[in-house]
Amino acid sequence: MLVNVGLVQALMSGLLMGFVYSLIALGLSLIYGVMDVVNFAHGEFLMLGMFLAYWFSVLFRLDPLIAIFIIIPVLFLVGVGIYKGLIKRILNGTRISQILTTFGLSVFMANMAMFLWTPNYRLAERHLTSTTGDLSIFGVYLGVPELIASVGSILVFAFAYYLIRFTRTGRAIQATSIDSEGARLVGINIDNIYAITFGLGISCVGAAGVLLATFYYIFPYVGTFFSMIAFATVALGGFGSVEGSFVAGILIGIIESLGGFFISPAVKYAIVFMTYMVVIILRPATGLFGW
Amino acid sequence: MKKGIVVVCTLALVLALGGMAFAENVIKIGAIYPFTGPMAGTAQMLKDGVEMAVDIINNKYDFDFLFADTEGLPNLGGAKIEIIWADSAGDPKTGMSEAERLITSEGVVALIGCYQSSVTKTASQVAERYGIPFVNGDSSSPQLTERNFKWFFRTDPHDGLYARQQFEHLIELEKQTGESLRRLAIVYENTEFGSQVARAQEALAKEYGFQVVEKLAYTTGATSLNSEVTRLMASKPDVVLMAAYISDQILFTKTFKTMRFAPKVWHNTAAPGEPDFLKSVGDDGNYLFLRQGFCADQVVNKPVIGQILEEFRNKFGQEMLADAVRSFHAPIVLADAINRAGSTDPEAIRQALLETDIPGDYCLSPWEGIKFDPETGQNIHSQYIICQIQDQDFYTVFPSEFATREPVFPFPSWDDR
Repeated sequence: MLVNVGLVQALMSGLLMGFVYSLIALGLSLIYGVMDVVNFAHGEFLMLGMFLAYWFSVLFRLDPLIAIFIIIPVLFLVGVGIYKGLIKRILNGTRISQILTTFGLSVFMANMAMFLWTPNYRLAERHLTSTTGDLSIFGVYLGVPELIASVGSILVFAFAYYLIRFTRTGRAIQATSIDSEGARLVGINIDNIYAITFGLGISCVGAAGVLLATFYYIFPYVGTFFSMIAFATVALGGFGSVEGSFVAGILIGIIESLGGFFISPAVKYAIVFMTYMVVIILRPATGLFGW
Repeated sequence: MKKGIVVVCTLALVLALGGMAFAENVIKIGAIYPFTGPMAGTAQMLKDGVEMAVDIINNKYDFDFLFADTEGLPNLGGAKIEIIWADSAGDPKTGMSEAERLITSEGVVALIGCYQSSVTKTASQVAERYGIPFVNGDSSSPQLTERNFKWFFRTDPHDGLYARQQFEHLIELEKQTGESLRRLAIVYENTEFGSQVARAQEALAKEYGFQVVEKLAYTTGATSLNSEVTRLMASKPDVVLMAAYISDQILFTKTFKTMRFAPKVWHNTAAPGEPDFLKSVGDDGNYLFLRQGFCADQVVNKPVIGQILEEFRNKFGQEMLADAVRSFHAPIVLADAINRAGSTDPEAIRQALLETDIPGDYCLSPWEGIKFDPETGQNIHSQYIICQIQDQDFYTVFPSEFATREPVFPFPSWDDR
């Protein structure tokens, strides 16, 4: 009985975390799929989203769940700005210069956060008390913030999916992703599409950061581990695949949780990365869903 | 980051130039701490602790403490102590080269530092090679005083001692309450610090006849601790012994609450004592037990503590926390030894250190005093205290001669608080 409750508990916890992983991975996958740039500063944008949620909660007394409606557009603009100022200049550069630039950006952002906000650990303040606490279903305990974070992740993911699949701009993004020269020939402004894609990718990961900030501690290097998970998720789902990110995020959440429960918590991330390596060996170019 | 380095360098330069002006009557001591990198905040607290001690040595104060009523060291014609600061960035290699630089080009007569045990280890190797005394107040790896070094001394207790006190506390709790606390779950982060603590705990569990029902290693910085806590709950322990870093400690506290997990006793290392912990978790942090080297409530046992805490508050504009207390003892011990030696000759200082016998009244930490074991260099009187968080503050509950409050037992269920 206990094992069964434990199993359901682990499964549910993993599932909830998995939706958040999906949203984090989406931004990374999108930027790579469309622009062919691997954004090593991805985790730092997650950190930025978390710190924004923190400062909104402390300075303006806005619960992260309200602040998210301000933070998403703000991060979109930050993304567009970083694209125009930095990423644009390296699009035609070599792969190594792209890696060094985004990696440099990640080091800069983490250290800047440390300089501005000290290396201390914090938690965002919650002002919507109805969104804290926890609930119990048949002996399985779920934190309400975790529940909200995963539902929020699904909603943001669905919104991004809608934008990409069913709007005119989204179709332009898809076209650019498939063949940027062809897209240019039919009159799509590639530069704008890249800017929008980068902004969209950053606001997705930032939104995940805001949702995480409702229950996870915040500090300047918080993005590092999450971005490792994001890379594994994207490689598992296939670089550039939106649906792949979604399924792979859930898979990774569940593998992590069940691995930790049945084998040993110390190796749960080893199991996650092993799964990823097996997929890389079996389907090296495409992951599970890539094209 | 860079600005930090510039500030530290400028500070070092100013101190060095300042030192030159009074070169004849100044005794230089080198201090290595991780001033840059993730531990920069802690390093600042450690530095303030050292500066507080040096201030008491070099200036007159009207309370009863070592060197408070004199300026400088009386047996050396009022010579003042000057600290030469060096940055290890938390890196053992840098710590080693900085120790070398302090000894050879700065001409320090002794070294203090370095906080991280791994850095203290390499820096003290250099001191040993050059024959320069190294007094450490702020590293807790047991291994440091198991090397039979001639020149290494430690004022603070170490992690091995901590585990023993923890079991003594559990046994006392059993006696006080009549409840069995024999089922232990050991939870630890799986690098050097956590593994060492867990190893000591497991050995002692056997020695004292406790049953380890779960031994759980976890990865520090984990994104979720749900599966860890699910396993813990399945093992139904009376006591959870945890060795975590502050970040994971925060997440464990939140996860325990979410999953309604309330063992009778939740016993921790020093992580919940860091200021960020209570700031982050608020009253969810209540009723955790933790080890501390120092607790501000000890002022009732030693009034001079209150006066020094007050001076510290005036001087640095913040509370003197446990880390500052740890680093505070080393310069006092060195000043005392140099004063008794009446010279700055390293061998004379070492002999004086071996004869150190500072009474407990002159220790901020709850010790009977400072006296070094001649073989290992470990302070034989050092010990930890066990505190419990109550009303979002820290109160000493063990050993009983230092206790200021009764412990709350058992850990209340999450619904009844």
